[in-house]
Amino acid sequence: MQKTRISVVFEALQARNSKAFIPYIMAGDPEAGTTLKQVSLLERCGADIIELGVPFSDPLADGPTIQKAAGRALKSGTTLRKVLSMVRDLRLQTDIPLVLMTYYNPVFKYGEEAFVHDSIQAGVDGIIVPDLPPEEAGELIKLSRQGSGGRRLDTIFLIAPTSTPVRIKKIAAASSGFVYYVSITGITGAALEVDEEFKRHLALVKQATDKPVAVGFGIASPDQARIVAQMADGVIVGSALVKVFNETPEKAENFIRGLKEATSK
Amino acid sequence: MPALEELEEAYNKAKRDASFQKELRQLQSTYIGRPTPLYFAKRLTEKLGGAKIYLKREDLAHTGAHKINNALGQALLAVRMGKRRLIAETGAGQHGVATATGAALVGLACDIYMGTVDMQRQALNVFRMKLLGATVKEVDIGSRTLKDAINESLRDWTTNVRTTHYVLGTAFGPHPFPMLVRDFQSIIGKEAAAQIRKAEGRLPDYLIACVGGGSNAIGLFNEFLDTDIRMIGVEAGGKGIESGEHAARFADGSIGILQGCKTYLLQDNDGNVLDTHSVSAGLDYASVGPEHSHLKVSGRVEYTFATDDEALAAFETLSRAEGIIPALESAHALAEVIKRAPVLPRDSIIIVNLSGRGDKDVQQVAKIKGINLCA
Repeated sequence: MQKTRISVVFEALQARNSKAFIPYIMAGDPEAGTTLKQVSLLERCGADIIELGVPFSDPLADGPTIQKAAGRALKSGTTLRKVLSMVRDLRLQTDIPLVLMTYYNPVFKYGEEAFVHDSIQAGVDGIIVPDLPPEEAGELIKLSRQGSGGRRLDTIFLIAPTSTPVRIKKIAAASSGFVYYVSITGITGAALEVDEEFKRHLALVKQATDKPVAVGFGIASPDQARIVAQMADGVIVGSALVKVFNETPEKAENFIRGLKEATSK
Repeated sequence: MPALEELEEAYNKAKRDASFQKELRQLQSTYIGRPTPLYFAKRLTEKLGGAKIYLKREDLAHTGAHKINNALGQALLAVRMGKRRLIAETGAGQHGVATATGAALVGLACDIYMGTVDMQRQALNVFRMKLLGATVKEVDIGSRTLKDAINESLRDWTTNVRTTHYVLGTAFGPHPFPMLVRDFQSIIGKEAAAQIRKAEGRLPDYLIACVGGGSNAIGLFNEFLDTDIRMIGVEAGGKGIESGEHAARFADGSIGILQGCKTYLLQDNDGNVLDTHSVSAGLDYASVGPEHSHLKVSGRVEYTFATDDEALAAFETLSRAEGIIPALESAHALAEVIKRAPVLPRDSIIIVNLSGRGDKDVQQVAKIKGINLCA
């Protein structure tokens, strides 16, 4: 079994004592062509891993920015199947690790086995299913670890600020590639306050696992990214980036470069 | 997840705690006005010419619907858990009103999420919630109805979980909610069993209730699941199944996973949730409580639907035959009674759950009939 692209990237970053910059974009927002261009730009500006959101009608973990992005993507006919086809197209142009963030019902409807198989064949490296707790993910984890054609899929689970130490260990054990630490109690795009409690809980998570820990939800500026990167192994920026791409795309490149610089130093 | 575990633990404790049960019973009797009557609808029975029809009068419960049974129970639970604030979703507004009432009774802050489409068609209930001291928060995303109000409530709860209890209004969502709501509502069936024994000396042959999320139906059915009484749940058929504009999950849906439970769902081939339609805001919902899915699959309960037109006709029939204006939700159950009673023997007995009163729907029915109330 090969190492996943995600693990390769984290090992390389750790070797040079650097942190991962992980941008999130909504696939198909507002249509497939945009996604291909955004991925190119992100890679050119130094993204280490890219999270691709799969639009869903009821995105429970997401705030208004990503809800609206999902609405635009659904309107142009973006489905899980089409996102996998975008990934196949992307693999003609890039080797950057790609993580799908999808709600569970589209996966359930697709069929877990077919989903894992088709994701690996398309070139997906990892999956985040925010509404699927590890307790309910046994089969999906098993299929992802078994993989297909000598390649496997990383399963990335979410740890919340309210997670107890016992639960943190359980979630970390179910995760591969990296562990996703949700920086706030709440939904994507809400304001993050990097306070003592945040630092204390993140330190707890870091202690509980030797897997890389990436932090997301609410990181909107290079200043925040810089502070988070001092403690975490990766910084995930979603809503703020989705907003810039949608509202002021001409400012996207500078914004991305600023985040990358803040993360990697 | 920790919040759900905390809730389950608190509930299990309360269930065994005599002082909690005593407080609940006392408020059920002195505040809600329980037991609600079981009323023999003589003129409706004569008009339909078949089975004897009894109405379980949840419309006479305080705030005008069965929703208060659950909202009050959860409000008391929230106080025990040390929460300072209640939130809830609402479709028809009845659960919002019930939760705002519960919050006022125990002295907690209260925010109610409601889709903008529902706010328009249930304007009266929006104002009632405000009078009760709650803040009504507009949900102007997605289909702007009940489903989206649940999404927003879950988002709020995730954000404010340490101080807030989410009073989910129906037997839906992640465990322990379906169990908790069923238990608080099961008093409906318990009372009905005792009342019908007293009136007729035996249990009924049929139970009929409307099913949105399914709390009034499970509340009536639960007591009788181990008997051989036939039970019928009535979904919203909207403009008919073929039209695609309905909320008949059992007639036209498939198993999916939404809002923390696995159950029947109206969804497209890619697993996105479909928009629904019903004249009744309380039934206008793409999914259904998981226990109903279980009862459907096991065959214990039969599920059918009534269209908007059938429900509107039943709304008028009951108003004229009995002087009782039913909620449009309950009118769906009555529409099934109207279809079924005439072909049943005269000595058979139907209990239909009159889950709410229709005052909140009067304005909307007038609008549908083209009557301008302000003219």
